[in-house]
Parts: sequence; structure tokens; C-alpha cells
Amino acid sequence: MSASQEVLLNRMTSPPNTTDPAIIQAFAKIPALLEQAPGLMARGRFLDCDCLLGPSEQPFHAAIRAGKIVDLIPAPVLMRSWRFAYRATPAAWAEYWQPMPRPGWHDLFALTKRGEAVLEGDLHLFMANLQYFKDVLALPRQHFAAAPA
Amino acid sequence: MSADTGMAGHIEPMVGRYVHVEIGGEPHRIYFEENGSGIPLVCLHTAGADGRQWRHLLADEEFAKNFRIIAFDMPWHGKSNPPERWTGEEYQLTTARYAETIRAFCKALQLDKPVVMGCSIGGRIVLNLAIDHAAEFRALIGLEAADFQAPWYDTAWLNRPDVHGGEVGAALVSGLIASQSPKTARDETLWAYKQGGPGVFKGDLYFYRVDGDLRGRVATIDTKVCPLYLLTGEYDFSCTPEDTKRTAASIGGASVTIMEQLGHFPMSENPRQFRRYIAPVLGEILKTSTLSRKQGVHA
Repeated sequence: MSASQEVLLNRMTSPPNTTDPAIIQAFAKIPALLEQAPGLMARGRFLDCDCLLGPSEQPFHAAIRAGKIVDLIPAPVLMRSWRFAYRATPAAWAEYWQPMPRPGWHDLFALTKRGEAVLEGDLHLFMANLQYFKDVLALPRQHFAAAPA
Repeated sequence: MSADTGMAGHIEPMVGRYVHVEIGGEPHRIYFEENGSGIPLVCLHTAGADGRQWRHLLADEEFAKNFRIIAFDMPWHGKSNPPERWTGEEYQLTTARYAETIRAFCKALQLDKPVVMGCSIGGRIVLNLAIDHAAEFRALIGLEAADFQAPWYDTAWLNRPDVHGGEVGAALVSGLIASQSPKTARDETLWAYKQGGPGVFKGDLYFYRVDGDLRGRVATIDTKVCPLYLLTGEYDFSCTPEDTKRTAASIGGASVTIMEQLGHFPMSENPRQFRRYIAPVLGEILKTSTLSRKQGVHA
């Protein structure tokens, strides 16, 4: 078993109602990673949206303006509205962020279909910018498996 | 292997032409590409795409020695325009229409007991052909095929004025491609989706989601009349390996292969990997066909 597999296994055996700090940390780094991806930000240049993204139990409120995440703050925030929510289990994020994700764990809709993620709310902006959201939420993939647990 | 981007001046071996086909009592101008000689092998593209998905198979020198490889664009797809009488009403592919189109195309080209290989909706209709018209075919190959698969998104998103149908369609199906598939092949596969006509992908899925449920019907397939091969990629969460295995479990003699490191578009998302799996199938069909001819049996 490789070191990264061992780390993954440890993450997956955590109690289901807790979120591994590594997942939280990885999410918190997404805005900075997006700043380094000008092509991706350009793809979202028409997108302004407040949404809820992240681990099922500890998601983040994300404020996106012209394709840039201008604010990412852990929920709950008193009376903060969101347009749509995409939340997945910590195990799902850990799998999704592997360099070569396994079958069934490799796509946002693969995760919803297998019941590891939930998509809710007004989906218009999510669907109109679907590849943008898929790619933004995959940004930790290049760093996650290599990061210390 | 197929020739890919190579030396300047290289011309690929497939040739494209139009054949006039009557479907539903109306004339259609169907675009097809072909290469090779021997057993006719008709290839069916996925929903919302076109025959370009088969370009690597079409250019395969080894397969072309024994197979006349043919890929056509369904009406409304690729270079096959909608019929002239079409006035813009909603396009919806039905089981009857799909089966008729394939049979009419084969008849128009006077193909002698062709092999039909289809992917996704093409894989589903292959099951219909096996149920209702098995004697017309030498063998049937269903890629990403099952009698039914659970829906994973609302197809209404595919055709509405406030969402770009090409962008959302490509983004949706991008998830069905295996993680290992090369970026260039992935991008090329998605390009066809970005180019599709408005409402065509959605209309194809009418057959897939609404009209083409074959649960309870596939048990009547007789693989002694026509061999049936089912191959599904492990990354396909739309038609899952479990969907294909469940389907095959009720069909005596059906061959099932789960393809590693492939998703919903094996022939276009990773042609080299797909070749590893399809070569033995075509080899078996060739062997059976040759044996039957030697024995004087029309296979």
C-alpha cells in the first residue's frame, strides 16, 4: 500500500460526522489556486454567484464575482443566502482529489449518483457554468494527495 | 494502429460520401465514411454526437483488411441534415425510428449481413436489433449497453435558451470519460457535443430515457441466431458495468467484457486502449464467419 493510499484509508475510516482537517484546508486553498488559473477564471467571467460548496457537514459560503472567488467563509453565516449547494462527504472529496480518481469517484455527478454528494437549490448558474464548477472543485487535485495528512 | 496527426500531406484512408435513404417514407441524405473490405461493420455513434467518434477504428489498417468499416451520421447529426420536410418541431428519436434508420441504411448500401456495433444509445438499439431482427445481422456489439440505466440528470437542461446546449452537454458527459484518457482525445470527444444542433442530444435521449426501456425483453435474445458482445468501460457511471452485467445475465450466450481505464466513449476517448478490447471481438467474428463460409453456411 502506498503512502497516499494509507492516508486515504485513514481519512475514509474517520467518523462520518467529522470532517478531516485536510479536506477543510484543501477547500480553503481553492480561491488561491483559482487565482493561478487565469484560463479558468476567464471561463467564468460572466458568473456572479453566491453558493454553498464543500464537505457535507462543514461547507463554505463561496462568493463568486466575474469568475473569481472573492470570499470563501465556513458556514454557517447568520442569514447568508445561497443560490445552489454542492456538498459531498469528506471521503468523496478525498477520492475526487486523487491524481487519478477511481471509477465512480471521478466526477461531481458520479458522486451524486452514488449518494456521496447532494446538489440542491436553484441549479441554473451551476448548469450554465458546469465545466467551470467541475474544474474549480477539482483544483486541489494537483496538491491534495501529496500534502501531509 | 490508426494514423493520427502525422506528417504533412498524409491522407487518411477513409472516404466520406452521401447515400440517399428512405426513412419513415421520407428521403434522407445520410453521410457516411468507410474504409476497408470484407465483412460489413456498421458503427453507431453516441447520442448528440456523430460518426467522427469512429475515426480511429475507420483508419485501422489491420481491421480494414477484413472488415468494410462504415460509420454514418444519424439524421440531425454531423453532416446528415434533418430531412427537407422538417419544420423545426421538437426532434425526438424513438425506438422504431432508430431501428428503421439503421436497417434502411444497411439496405441502401446493400450490406450482406453486417455486424453492427453501437455505443451508448447505439448500444441500446443493438439490443433492440438482437430482439427483433437478429437474423439480419452477422454479429452485434453493444458498447456501454444495458437494458436500462438509472438517470443521473434532467435532460431539460440540454435545450433551453438560457443555457448553452453544447457547453452543458459537453460538461455533463465529460464526467463519463475515464481519468486516464488522453487530454487530446477527451477534448476531441467533447468537441462533437459542443457542435451538436439545438435539442438533438436531448431528442436522442428520449429514446434512451423514455422510449427504450428494455427491462424484461432482453431474455428473448437468441445469441445462436446472432452472437452478441457487450463491452462497458469501468468509468461509465451512466451505463455502469453492473448495468451491463445485469443485462447480460438474462441473455444466454452473451459475451461481457468490462474495459479498464475506459469510460462511456471507448472508441474516441482512448482509441489505443479500446483497440485492446475490440480486436479479440472482431477476430472472433472473423474466425466464425470464415469457418461458416468454408462449411457452406451463410453466417
